[in-house]
Amino acid sequence: MNISHEWLKTLVPHTRSADEVRDLLTAHVATVEGFEHTRSELASFVVARVMESEKIPDTKLSFNKVDDGSGTLLEVVCGAPNVTVGTMYPFARTGTTMPAGLVIEKRKIRGFTSNGMLCSARELGLGQDHDGILPIETAAAPGTPLLDVLPISDVRIVVDVLPNRPDLLSHRGVAREVSALTGVAMVEPADWTAAVAIPAPVVGESSATAGGVAVRVDDREGCPRYGAAIIRGVKVGPSPEWLVKRLEAIGSRSINNVVDATNYLLHGFGHPMHAFDLSKLEGSTIVVRRATAGETLTTLDGTERKLTPSMLVIADAAHATAVAGVMGGLESEVTDATTDILLEVASFHAGLVRSGRRVLGLSTDASYRFERGVDDAALPELLARGAAYIAEIAGGTVETTLLVGAAPTPRARVSFAPSRVARLLGDAVPADEVVALLTSIGFDVQGSGDALSVAAPSWRHDVSRDVDLVEEVARLRGYDRLPDRLTGARPGNVPDHPLHTMGRRVRDALVADGLLEVRPLPFTTQRAESQARVLNPLAQDEAYLRLDLLDTLSRRAEYNLNRMQGNVRLFEVGTAFLAGSGAESVGGEEIRVAALLMGASRPPHFTEPKPPAFDAWDAKALATRVAHAAWPGATVEFAEAVRDGADHCLWTVAVDGSVRGHVSALTSLDAPNWASPAFGVELTLGAMPVAYVAPTGEHRYLAAAASGPAVTPVRYVPLPAMPAAEFDLALLVPTHISAAAVEALIRNTAGELLESVVVFDEYRGKGLPDGTRSVGWRLTFRHPERTLRDKEIEGRRAMLLKTLEKELGVVPRSA
Amino acid sequence: MTLDEFKAACAALAADAPAQIAAVADLDAWTALRNALVGRASGRLTDIMATLPQLPKEDRREAGQAANAVKLEVEALLTARESGLSAATKSGGDLDLTMPARRRWVGAAHPVSQVIDEITEIFRELGFTIALGPEAEHTWYNFQALNFPDDHPAMDLHDTLYLQGDLVLRTHTSPVQVRTLQQYAPPIRILAPGNVHRRDPFDASHAPTFAQVEGLVVDEGITFADLKATLTHFANRFFGSTRTRFRPSYFPFTEPSAEMDVLCGVCKGSGCSVCKNSGWVEILGSGMVHPAVIESAGLDSTKYTGWAFGLGPARTALARHGIPDIRILYDSDVRFLEQFAR
Ligand SMILES: [Zn+2]
Repeated sequence: MNISHEWLKTLVPHTRSADEVRDLLTAHVATVEGFEHTRSELASFVVARVMESEKIPDTKLSFNKVDDGSGTLLEVVCGAPNVTVGTMYPFARTGTTMPAGLVIEKRKIRGFTSNGMLCSARELGLGQDHDGILPIETAAAPGTPLLDVLPISDVRIVVDVLPNRPDLLSHRGVAREVSALTGVAMVEPADWTAAVAIPAPVVGESSATAGGVAVRVDDREGCPRYGAAIIRGVKVGPSPEWLVKRLEAIGSRSINNVVDATNYLLHGFGHPMHAFDLSKLEGSTIVVRRATAGETLTTLDGTERKLTPSMLVIADAAHATAVAGVMGGLESEVTDATTDILLEVASFHAGLVRSGRRVLGLSTDASYRFERGVDDAALPELLARGAAYIAEIAGGTVETTLLVGAAPTPRARVSFAPSRVARLLGDAVPADEVVALLTSIGFDVQGSGDALSVAAPSWRHDVSRDVDLVEEVARLRGYDRLPDRLTGARPGNVPDHPLHTMGRRVRDALVADGLLEVRPLPFTTQRAESQARVLNPLAQDEAYLRLDLLDTLSRRAEYNLNRMQGNVRLFEVGTAFLAGSGAESVGGEEIRVAALLMGASRPPHFTEPKPPAFDAWDAKALATRVAHAAWPGATVEFAEAVRDGADHCLWTVAVDGSVRGHVSALTSLDAPNWASPAFGVELTLGAMPVAYVAPTGEHRYLAAAASGPAVTPVRYVPLPAMPAAEFDLALLVPTHISAAAVEALIRNTAGELLESVVVFDEYRGKGLPDGTRSVGWRLTFRHPERTLRDKEIEGRRAMLLKTLEKELGVVPRSA
Repeated sequence: MTLDEFKAACAALAADAPAQIAAVADLDAWTALRNALVGRASGRLTDIMATLPQLPKEDRREAGQAANAVKLEVEALLTARESGLSAATKSGGDLDLTMPARRRWVGAAHPVSQVIDEITEIFRELGFTIALGPEAEHTWYNFQALNFPDDHPAMDLHDTLYLQGDLVLRTHTSPVQVRTLQQYAPPIRILAPGNVHRRDPFDASHAPTFAQVEGLVVDEGITFADLKATLTHFANRFFGSTRTRFRPSYFPFTEPSAEMDVLCGVCKGSGCSVCKNSGWVEILGSGMVHPAVIESAGLDSTKYTGWAFGLGPARTALARHGIPDIRILYDSDVRFLEQFAR
């Protein structure tokens, strides 16, 4: 809401500066988000008095001595015919920049020196008058800034009005607050004399007729009250200077005197008004009704709009001529030819205006206010005021006024105990101060002591409970005057969410491993038949919610590849949206961790100019590390995967026996040919239930969790005192036998003295029988109490080889 | 030869050796010097030892010890010098020790995560724990339970992305307030970090998905004085010693509602372009929990009061690191992310 400081002063004649008003509003009412001096381009101009003047022969010029307050008279050449000795004029000293951009410099004209410029109204941008320089009547001393002398400067104060305070969407509303905060009483604006006679309204419950005009309200819920004034004999034309200036100050353009008057009332008093050309209303009739199906209307902006029965319209005897509370029609617009006017001041149902402007995709100053709520009780006053302003400004006679509908029901009273203030704010506010503060902004306070009954004024729609009154007290007193006390707090009952704790551990592990965390958008294109979709997406190509995190990471890797960055190692701990049973619905949410590796596995160094690229084994190792970070002490197992999808899944990853995710080669990545292969890991940390915790309005407290430590501590194993014995098995393994199967058999057969089995070599190719590969294992044995004898080792070796051949057909490579 | 003469010969050797050893320039010279000092064939120490039988029997033990001490000392110096020389002479004797170390890839938490972590740490000290909630949320938790009036312009404050059924992508982390209040009895002191979603076009200052950190305190006897003091304490810890300002605001789920500003870090309050000449920078929205919210979780609003706040860590991350465009946070360029390693 743009507020003109000068306009505000016509309603509340305070003496505070605009800066003070800004600070008052921000501290007590609503934040001032913009603050702008109008005419700031004239800030360096002063007033100066002409002390001597003589004509320069054979020219229109005069040579003058001017007092600009500097102590020495300045010599100034002037081309204006009206230079008068002893008169004050606007003066631009040398160095001043004119509104048109010219910089005033010292110069010689016809042999005379000129040290500055006496200015005309047009040169200052104050009007078109160019008859000469602008004489100023003032008692101010020469040298006084022009803006301090001429009443032309103003300050535009932009107030951020939030949806609960539509009463602040007018100068009168803001003035009420300033009046309460400064103690200066409100007054009638002195802009006009209000000498116009306004006939008392002809009233009716659902219709009224007067002065040859009929008003009928068919939808009384949609339009609780409709006021109309008939003004005949107006002369549409330019607005008076003061009105143009007011509108200009709030950033609004002057259109004509009638439209400007309605705009002045909208911004001045908060109630939208609309002027119809009465001659264009068929049957001189106003009908407030729902639009009929198929009805159309060309609105003021020249657009033909399809109306629906969900919209409220103002119609004449034949067709719709305005969308109620949103915009008028082009047909009945006031033009230069208009002489008779029907001025509408009505109240419309907020929800209907809201749905109407939504269907039309059109938000106007009027709809903005109706949606939030206007002051219905002030409607008769504003009808009279509106008619008077138009007649005053555009001429004509207010022939009659009509008022259909009923006055709004008075506001419900709220019982209020001033002692509640301390309970919420921390300190008591004396009861009489509470009463004084509420009364200062128009609240009706009855009762006494701790049993008050309070009714909000008709312009406030946001007060229904006692806390609302506490807020009024708090803000009027000032938040900065409220106490500020750090008190001892009881510890909370809520344990840390385990998925948060787990996510932090995983993130720390991945960062320590050299990976970079990303926080991307979760939107994607359609990947699967049943995938959750956003019903009103901003971009159709990102209308779906991701099913997995590697989808997002792959797109981020492609972004890097497009920028020639081939060494990509990204991870995210984030949400995956599972498909639901219904079409395009969300079936659940999981918190997952995913990582993507591609390119050099470590930075190049002069000792290793081409480090190896990340491969599947790096991805497998990363999956192990992530799993151990997420589930400390758990068993992590990899199984060869059978999984369809665009990417080639290598392993599924099971943690303590249940599958948690997978390791994949990201073969579907859109990568240039210079890029290395990409690998991905994705593990589900846990589900994030969407279900209701408890039925609405109820709670379901969990029994205080007797949570022990999440992880069983590692058991200490005594360090070995005896030496180990090692031997290697180099085996010819048929291709269809997995290394894991061989290793499992070795573990089962070798006996309890086996300490470890490690693959140390694999060879495929020449010199081996077809369909086999050679794999080397190193076995370590140890007896806790004595040294193993060679014979014991040899016995185990023989037994292992025999079993391997018998069970798996695996033989020693040398055999 | 007396014991004193023997010991003097040892001491002379010990005195001469360090300078001689330090002066050796290469391994050949080192070998020659070693032979000259302690060599078995003709070294000075061997020569001294050769005089040992000339000493009286009772002095020989002490003389031997003295000679041995010198031997150990000289040999230690020789060994140290040898390793220095051989390091310098490997691979042709031109190893440049100024060459760079072997690097590893550096990892980094996202700058927004780093801000969230810092906020979390400060509130942890004040006894807050972490609560989470789903991002696809029931409209009841996102709006009605938080006292949003149906079909009212207050809803326009949150441009919502709708899903099938009665779900939306949560527009703020405040639904976690109600979920927590329905699940745990007061006292409640929680922080709820998480992603929220709005139907905002993706431009330099808006993103359709962004992080928020919610805070909630509910107990008996909680007042606006706690809110002001706790959030001011947080601001001082997070921004370094600063000043806070509270001003009226509106959120359907708090009453009274307040925005908290801190003194502009650039101009310290005198006004600059960063703070739009106000001297203050908006940090978070807050307020006393609306009794309607406490009631929608099935709690007695005459018994319990509370306060809540919400802030956007991305804005802090952008300001702190001088990042001009919020989309950079989402691009995930590795060269950008690597800048935040620490
Ligand atoms: Zn600043």
